[in-house]
Amino acid sequence: MYDVEEIRRDFPILDRWIGDNKLVYLDNAATSQKPRPVLDALAEYYERHNANIHRGVHRLAEEATAAYEESREKVARFLSAPDTTGLIFTRGTTESINLVAYAWGRKFLREGDEVVLTEAEHHSNLVPWQLAAQATGAKLRFIPIREDGTLVLEEAERLIGPRTKLVGCIHASNVLATINPIGKLAELAHDAGALMLVDGAQSAPHLPVDVGALGCDFFACSGHKMLGPTGVGVLWGRPEILEEMDPFLGGGEMIREVHLDHSTYNDLPYKFEAGTMNIAQAVGLGAAVDYLGDLEMKNVREHERRLGEYAYRRLSEIEGIKIYGPEKDRTGLVSFSLPDVHPHDLSQLLDEDGIAIRSGHHCAQPLMRRLGVAATARASFYLYNTEEEVDALVEALVRAREFFGAFARLA
Amino acid sequence: MMRELYTQVIMDHYQRPRNRGALEDADLKEHLLNPLCGDEVTVYAVFDGDRVADVRFEGRGCSISQASASMMTERLMGKGREEAEAEIEGFKTMMIGKVEFPEMDDLAALKGVIQYPSRIKCATLAWTAFQKGLARE
Repeated sequence: MYDVEEIRRDFPILDRWIGDNKLVYLDNAATSQKPRPVLDALAEYYERHNANIHRGVHRLAEEATAAYEESREKVARFLSAPDTTGLIFTRGTTESINLVAYAWGRKFLREGDEVVLTEAEHHSNLVPWQLAAQATGAKLRFIPIREDGTLVLEEAERLIGPRTKLVGCIHASNVLATINPIGKLAELAHDAGALMLVDGAQSAPHLPVDVGALGCDFFACSGHKMLGPTGVGVLWGRPEILEEMDPFLGGGEMIREVHLDHSTYNDLPYKFEAGTMNIAQAVGLGAAVDYLGDLEMKNVREHERRLGEYAYRRLSEIEGIKIYGPEKDRTGLVSFSLPDVHPHDLSQLLDEDGIAIRSGHHCAQPLMRRLGVAATARASFYLYNTEEEVDALVEALVRAREFFGAFARLA
Repeated sequence: MMRELYTQVIMDHYQRPRNRGALEDADLKEHLLNPLCGDEVTVYAVFDGDRVADVRFEGRGCSISQASASMMTERLMGKGREEAEAEIEGFKTMMIGKVEFPEMDDLAALKGVIQYPSRIKCATLAWTAFQKGLARE
């Protein structure tokens, strides 16, 4: 039984007041709040086990190493990865994709090769490939989207071909609320002999993810968007591909043997974990996926699907509102704009009511251009949000509209 | 608080912007984007000797950025280059809270923005564009 009130009690920050109003936190696509077990795991790690991992032979080093590696196992299970060999801790989705663009892209991309992305990518799955293309002479191609934000698959079929070396795509959009057909894209990529990379920043927190079933070769996500601390994220990669890649960062832990003029590298996944990692944060992420696992991701998805539908319906009732993305098969976020009220002014006015939403280009400037807007407002929901909070949002939007409308009538 | 930020003066400039539009054959033309939020503004000026004979702006963005651009055009119209530079510096200094806004001034309407650090760049966008344009001339 999914009891949202019980879940909310696990999140201390949800008791906060913003001025005279209880916090209504609807900026979850930017970062999620953290439940008590995650906060406790961080504190316990620092209070009882803190040490550097992997090489110490004292008790604390053993405990810290065990906690870090246990977390790796938990995250691997959460993503249904076959084992931990391909499960690399990073700083987040951005670093994960940069790792692939650098360590795979610069080694294997050649002039004339193509990387196929989509028009709806977050900058984190676009700029690293621009850099790799500049360094190697490879070209970037983009699968277009329809007006409702869904991918034009016929174009994908046309674009993905013998020159394609990698297809990269967001699993779920941070603006459009779309869920992309990764399985189909992976099939097209593999038929062309290319690899499939999935930016899972907006899917891993909200949908059941099985990297094997998705058919991808790389999957990236961020801990802080899925109840974990900032500073830790994940790259899962197929081990045989990771083996062939050069290291990303050089330094401690990623080496096997170091001479003054050359080095050999550690086994996977340590080959890609140079220097002291964000150990406490990785342990915290372990607690986060435990929490999500206890709730079960299919229940989280169902809660957000219903809440997203409710929000879509209630927001649609506001006169003149424009909602972006498809009508169906959405994740739990809604991007929108109101006539006469700029998104920044809107989020400022909503802040007065204690409601936190996001406004701006959402780190997807090419997509904004494609939609023909400079900015949108976005309310993004998570497992602890309620229909009452959606109602509060709608009421606040109506008030904001009236506030700006009053000035418009004076003008 | 809402009314402290969204004053009548700001809303008036936002909804009835002064000197809005492009200038053909402008001596000064500068486009500036606020990468944080996507707001953008282009400022134009025609000089008669040292004086700003005409100044206009085009852009899209929030009420703060667009109202501030409108107020700036009124402020800089007819000013000499050095005077304009000083006006801009003076405005930016006020916006970081270093000096008080003169009470009788239209610009005092923007005072409320200071308490929202994320919005200060909105208020200074057009002014910074004009400053860059002057430096480029």
